[in-house]
Amino acid sequence: MTPVLQLRGIVKSFGSNHVLRGIDLDVSPHEVVVLIGASGSGKSTLLKTTNLLERIDDGQILLAGDDISDPRADVDAVRARIGVVFQHYNLFPHLTVLDNVTLALRRVHKLARQECQERGLALLGRIGLAGQARDYPDRLSGGQQQRVAIARAIAPDPELLLLDEITSALDPQLVGEVLDLVAELKQSGSTILMATHEIGFARRVADRIVFLKDGTICEQGPPSQLLDSPGRAETAEFLSRVLH
Amino acid sequence: MTGPSRHPGERRDLGAVSDLELGRRAYRRRQAARSIGISLLSTVVFAVVIGVVLVNSPGWQVTRDTFFNPEYFRQALPAVWQGLLLNIRVLAVAVVGVAVVAVAIAGIRSLKGPVFFPLRFLAAAYTDLFRGMPFLIVLYLIGFGIPALGLTDQVIPVTLLGTIALVLTYSSYVAEVLRAGIEAVHPSQRLAARSLGLSHYASLRLVVLPQAVRKVTPALMNDFVSMQKDVGLISVLGAVDAVRAAQIQVAQTYNYTPYVVAGLLFVALSWPFIRLTDWLTARQQRREQIGGLV
Repeated sequence: MTPVLQLRGIVKSFGSNHVLRGIDLDVSPHEVVVLIGASGSGKSTLLKTTNLLERIDDGQILLAGDDISDPRADVDAVRARIGVVFQHYNLFPHLTVLDNVTLALRRVHKLARQECQERGLALLGRIGLAGQARDYPDRLSGGQQQRVAIARAIAPDPELLLLDEITSALDPQLVGEVLDLVAELKQSGSTILMATHEIGFARRVADRIVFLKDGTICEQGPPSQLLDSPGRAETAEFLSRVLH
Repeated sequence: MTGPSRHPGERRDLGAVSDLELGRRAYRRRQAARSIGISLLSTVVFAVVIGVVLVNSPGWQVTRDTFFNPEYFRQALPAVWQGLLLNIRVLAVAVVGVAVVAVAIAGIRSLKGPVFFPLRFLAAAYTDLFRGMPFLIVLYLIGFGIPALGLTDQVIPVTLLGTIALVLTYSSYVAEVLRAGIEAVHPSQRLAARSLGLSHYASLRLVVLPQAVRKVTPALMNDFVSMQKDVGLISVLGAVDAVRAAQIQVAQTYNYTPYVVAGLLFVALSWPFIRLTDWLTARQQRREQIGGLV
């Protein structure tokens, strides 16, 4: 089966700062791949390049076999196939919760108004926020806003979901509700590439954990192997710092 | 009930209010009453002082008869009112023109990338030129310059020329206000919009502009009110608007009351919009923000 995402030798620098130094990574259908690593290790940049929000300096990105790093690729069409959730939610404050969720369905995928409403409301029901459909995002708690942001990202049934440290801006007691939703997405078969600091959660949902260090993949493997018996000293050192 | 202290776990009866809170409320009521009293008093004193100075000034009798004559007021009102209707028509058309041109200019000025340099440059030159040039000069140049070109055999109506001049000048102001609003929308909003697959144009229209316009509504309405007055300047091209109508009356009677009539009508025209702005801004704040005590 063709991998949903294939990253081949991805290089990205900001000036003299070499953030990604040749990343090779495949994500298979229905696989959940978790990126871990210290701040500045390149997790966020890798996700941004995947969605073409940053232009790579070298390498190749294939989405379901299509070369999306080709300058002739239709950027908007590529992004419409990938869902992204950001650290700071980035909901649209001038739109209601429902309109946030249905915006892409209406304006990018051009579905009929009726169908958008139904899909949006069904999705909000699934994340337990049907009652807030007509509210504006500012009325919601951080955890609720992030759940809406996830609903907005998955509304068009994207082939790939990118989650960029989606719990980092949340109060500790709100993290659980967001992570439970991600676990549910995994159950329903979503393909997910996510960056996180929540090692416990990575163990719970990841099919594979990738440890990034200084812009390269230092080590990768199933959670039990990578977290419990890391093969490399750097991995063990990082884990000892984040797990105390 | 004496105070807020209670046993742990005891449920609070929310219908009853503690004496402490009742005391605070009474104090706030007294403070509010005092503030209102002071401001009323100072307003009355101020009005009395102004009135006394006016009435006791040596030329008050003449001034009153020349500027505030009820007889001339009644006489001038119908003609000036007819003129104001022309102002309103010109304004209505010009507002639409300004909205279209200003959004286009602001959009062009917000384009990123070296490819768009010539467009950006032209847009910047446009706003620099028409913000710097006095509106009266623009009116003269358009009002007398365009007919001089002899593009058509027909006479171009002066109201049309005045409208063009208004659009040129005010779209450059409004474009700058909109651009400030566009830049005040956090880049992460555009990022989120693009990540959904919305095009640059769609992101601008559906996500950035609505937020930008909300941020600059007071400034936009301010420009609108200012435009409402400047419509009166089209009289210099010979259009019989409110100002011109007043001028004709003044020329016939040597009494300046018609100018006061025109002035008051312009104020009456703008007042509803000024109040509407305040109301809209307040409503929007209530809707999108849960306010604190600031």
